Amino acid sequence: MFDPISKLVLGLLTGIIFGFLLQKGRAAKFHVIIGQFLLKDWTVVKIMATAVAVGTIGVYALVSMGAATLHIKPALLGGVLLGGLLFGTGLAFFGYCPGTSVAASGEGRRDAMVGVVGMLFGAGMYVALYPALQPIIKGLADWGKITLPQATNLSPWVWIVGVVTVITTGLYTLERLRAGRQSA
Amino acid sequence: MNPLTMKSWSPYVVGALIGVLSWFAFATADKPLGITTAFEYTAALTERAVAPQSARTNEYYSDPERTPKIDWEWMLVVGVFIGAFLSSKLSKDRTSQSVPPLWRWRFGDSTAKRFAGAFLGGALMMFGARLAGGCTSGHGISGALQLAVSSWIFVLLFFASGVATAFLIYGKEGANRV
Repeated sequence: MFDPISKLVLGLLTGIIFGFLLQKGRAAKFHVIIGQFLLKDWTVVKIMATAVAVGTIGVYALVSMGAATLHIKPALLGGVLLGGLLFGTGLAFFGYCPGTSVAASGEGRRDAMVGVVGMLFGAGMYVALYPALQPIIKGLADWGKITLPQATNLSPWVWIVGVVTVITTGLYTLERLRAGRQSA
Repeated sequence: MNPLTMKSWSPYVVGALIGVLSWFAFATADKPLGITTAFEYTAALTERAVAPQSARTNEYYSDPERTPKIDWEWMLVVGVFIGAFLSSKLSKDRTSQSVPPLWRWRFGDSTAKRFAGAFLGGALMMFGARLAGGCTSGHGISGALQLAVSSWIFVLLFFASGVATAFLIYGKEGANRV
């Protein structure tokens, strides 16, 4: 029922930092998240892409030193495709994603608190319908717990250099375009 | 100025620090940052407590990959609430808003309508996250940085469906109001 207390404290501490950062990044705000999906406010993409670029280097370094292991979610196509579609749709109505809705509740937002209760309801539906959902989740291909380097038979570092380059170039271009539009 | 009392930080600073935080999570707990598994476990523990009969026949509870408990990630979610509370307190960036302005422009003043939209949107979003095995954090940040195939598919797809839905709801006129 419970993890050891040291692990619980560690999780709490990590979460406090995570929530602090989400709030400081303005990601706990309805208009910032909906602004991203309306392609007007690029804050969320900037945060996520930078986190991925920085994170991938360190996490793969830890893995290659044997200090951590990868935790890859299986590519069960039925579940990932249907889940991705429903997730984006629900998110656009709600205006917060799961992590930022908890942060938005911490910021005091009432609609986010109601949505968090809705999220518990959605999780409950998933557990209750779990047996019936299996054919949908596993209905299409199951590629297993596979990474892009494994799927392409390349060293992870080729992909890391590629991803970091694409993200850096993309964000740089985004800033240039926005600066151009503002001065025009 | 004291950064802790500032209302916002550069998204690049925040993103880089979240990246470093995921190193920390992997190094100290061998865990990726994620949110929605804790919601699933909370729901599963509740359902088993309220309806033990139907839980006994639900194969969910015999799946070895699913061990509902109060764990590292559960506490992480509690921490996110506390961290955002502290940050908004320190910067006096708090609000008790129920109906965001853009929503009001589209759907009117009704708090009940906004709460219904938030509840149903949140439920649908979580249902989708559990079907796919993760959310913006678990797939979008942690899965993408681990270069997982499932996560990159999920991210591209939810971004596309989020953009399509947002434009269906708010349209171009809504976009100009952001």
